[in-house]
Amino acid sequence: MFDFLQGYDLLGAFWVTVQLTVYSAIGSLIWGTLLAAMRVSPVPLMRGFGTVYVNVVRNIPLTVIIVFTSLGLFQTLGVSLGADKFTTINFRLAVLGLTAYTSAFVCEALRSGINTVPLGQVEAARAIGLSFPQVLRIIVLPQAFRSVVGPLANVLIALTKNTTVAAAIGVAEAALLMREMIENEAQLILISVIFAAGFLCLTLPTGLFLGWVAKKVAVKR
Amino acid sequence: MKSKPTVLYDVPGPRARRRNLLWTLLFLVALAAVVWWVVASLAEKNQLEWAKWAPFFTDARVWETYILPALKNTVIAAALAMVIALPLGAFLGILRLSDHRWVRGAAGTVVEFFRAIPVLILMLFANAAYAEFTDISPDTRPLYAVVTGLVLYNASVLAEVVRAGILALPSGQTDAAKAIGMRKGQTMTYVLLPQAVTAMLPALVSQLVVIVKDTALGGAMLGFSELLASVRPMSANYGANTIACFTVVAVIFVVLNFALTTFASWLEGRLRRGKKSTGAVVGVEAVEELAAPGEHMGPTDGTK
Repeated sequence: MFDFLQGYDLLGAFWVTVQLTVYSAIGSLIWGTLLAAMRVSPVPLMRGFGTVYVNVVRNIPLTVIIVFTSLGLFQTLGVSLGADKFTTINFRLAVLGLTAYTSAFVCEALRSGINTVPLGQVEAARAIGLSFPQVLRIIVLPQAFRSVVGPLANVLIALTKNTTVAAAIGVAEAALLMREMIENEAQLILISVIFAAGFLCLTLPTGLFLGWVAKKVAVKR
Repeated sequence: MKSKPTVLYDVPGPRARRRNLLWTLLFLVALAAVVWWVVASLAEKNQLEWAKWAPFFTDARVWETYILPALKNTVIAAALAMVIALPLGAFLGILRLSDHRWVRGAAGTVVEFFRAIPVLILMLFANAAYAEFTDISPDTRPLYAVVTGLVLYNASVLAEVVRAGILALPSGQTDAAKAIGMRKGQTMTYVLLPQAVTAMLPALVSQLVVIVKDTALGGAMLGFSELLASVRPMSANYGANTIACFTVVAVIFVVLNFALTTFASWLEGRLRRGKKSTGAVVGVEAVEELAAPGEHMGPTDGTK
């Protein structure tokens, strides 16, 4: 019944999906944190830049960004990100696109986390004589981090699902393999079930586990 | 913009203001360097020539042949997906609130399943399924596939939105309905649903943005002739002006979606301030939360 799987690297394709997710997650965590720092900074120009970046990037479809990295950045402008093999170039471009897109959502998650800390907490901290670094370290950031776990988990799951868009520029991940298999094999239902199950295995445990963590660490107000 | 006190820093004094000025200058220099680098590399590849950008301003045919028909397809697909997904989602959402455990469980499984799977997988499946089991013509098949994929995914997200909308209402509403002798079905149709629909309007509009963005997947992977798909023929026809085409397409998406987002936020603010309603709102932010699989911290979490 599963003969048609012969000759297809199913695990390899899902491994590429996982790699795309992990690299983009790391990248967007860094860039998203920087953006969030800009958006809450006291410097109006940085705040403005952060706001414009987030509002522009969030409103462009990820597909447009990913296709642009290939058609625009690579084929037109010759940006190859230091790779010389086509597959590596496309992979890195996809990570770049996913990072640029996802960091806007990471930024918003972090910012809303900081915003959940009531002003009264800081006022109280100052009233008992804590210095600014102490206020940040003991009062604000612990509360902000705790309330950010849930939203960040959602961003991570959305990122996992979004890696399929990399298929649009020929990165050999799960969705591209699925399209290839559908075209070549007469097992539509079975193939779809296999790929659906693959993604369920990636997203559901992450969702359940991080949801549990988020509930565990949440600040009750 | 005048500085308000925030949790992170005080209203700046003279020294802080000098420091902020320094940061502004540093950031300005860095920003200018990046902009200069982008412009230089664009100019090097001849992407800034007026001839490549002129068609969008001087030639109405670009808009008539490429952009507007493509935009029309994007809007049609998004609108169809929303219109079909909403009743389906409402139905699923109400089933999830059922008193019978197996009904609740079945609806919950469906919702969790479709939320956990990428839309692209659903679209690819729908496309192949239409090709194999129906005789929809290959010209319209991409539209069917895109709308089907979007409906399957968004119905499950909207189910959660509807559920959150109903749960966000004060429990006094149900109690009052019970007290005047309404049945469960009557409570739902006459008391809870009408208020929930109002409460979840911001989330609905905000989900529409997600739908509009996801239609681009059909253009890239299924040959659906929407806005993104119009880039290739357009740039081939007007002298390889890829960057210009992408810029125009991106600007259209940003304007469209930004208008929707702004409208959603305005609606949310209006509903929160409104005196006639219960003040229950499923906010713009809630959509991201509800789109992820797994149990969440509470359906009304995003409504604070």
